[in-house]
Amino acid sequence: MEIPYTYKARPDTGLYNAKVGIWLFLASEIMLFGALFSAYILLRVSAPDGFWPDVALAWPRGLLNIPIGTFNTAVLITSSVTVVLAWAALKMNNFARFRWLMVVTVLCAFAFLGIKSFEYNDKFSHYVVRLKDGKAVTGHLEVNGKHPGFWNFADQWNLGRLEAEKVEHIEIAVDPARDIHGHVKHVEGASHDHAKQKIATSDIAFLGSYTPATHPFFAVYFLITALHGLHVLGGALVLAYFAFPGAKMWKTNPEQFTNRIEVGGLFWHFVDLVWIFLFPVVYLL
Amino acid sequence: MSLKAFHVVFVAASVLLMAFLSAWSYQNYRESGSSTDLAGSVGAFVAIMALAFYGRYFLRKLKNISYL
Repeated sequence: MEIPYTYKARPDTGLYNAKVGIWLFLASEIMLFGALFSAYILLRVSAPDGFWPDVALAWPRGLLNIPIGTFNTAVLITSSVTVVLAWAALKMNNFARFRWLMVVTVLCAFAFLGIKSFEYNDKFSHYVVRLKDGKAVTGHLEVNGKHPGFWNFADQWNLGRLEAEKVEHIEIAVDPARDIHGHVKHVEGASHDHAKQKIATSDIAFLGSYTPATHPFFAVYFLITALHGLHVLGGALVLAYFAFPGAKMWKTNPEQFTNRIEVGGLFWHFVDLVWIFLFPVVYLL
Repeated sequence: MSLKAFHVVFVAASVLLMAFLSAWSYQNYRESGSSTDLAGSVGAFVAIMALAFYGRYFLRKLKNISYL
């Protein structure tokens, strides 16, 4: 049995069926990401005033690496350009150009994920230490001469583990001081190197890495960016399938194949558009 | 909406993002005097120009393809 309207437009909608389907799916995705964006904004505006980490539940600012985030934005914009040009190449009957543009798109997707995992690694190995005298410091941790969490997300420390393993002190490479906007303070003549500070376990009131359990910011940041990352991974796998094993259809039914690339491209554009909103909201504001 | 139309929306959103990034970086430069912020502002402005030129090229290249 032949599936109807795979490349011809349906008379009632004026579109082939897959295009109607992908837009219905993207409508549900807008609701999903919209709810998460709303959660982020509501959590942020209801956070107490003050400067994190001095105020435990104040909203952290300046913790994300903006140059890396900007580079990742450029990578995703490039991938959207290549995917639409790949579709245009098929429209112009140029399969060879389509294939290399799709390869570039998939490489951009994996570059994005690689850079994101580097950012995640930095957060999982970054800690906040609250002392019993009320002070708080942040930085990369060193326990027994090792850097926990570095490319090993499962190796997380907290006060309970320090006490259980009878660790007498930790060392922390303290982050440079930041102003209320999260910008690193520029002090004339001062070094921006991370000075090491030794802290006795008996002085610690709280120890936690930059993970979801430590602060609502990390919870919502990891939730949205990981969900987005899964979309990037899923989209990249589908586009890679179209570029290689799925490309056989080009010989048997080029119109349907071109429509498949358009539908894949629509999903890819949606994923990239989510990042276009996510980047300023999470990194810049 | 076709991929062509969605791409036009995407490029427009990217231009707006770069305009915001440029203004944001320039504001930071005025506050901190950091050359990194100034480079970010100039870089984002260059990206706006590049996207605008690309958008024009794209619309010319795909002028025969429907927006639907």
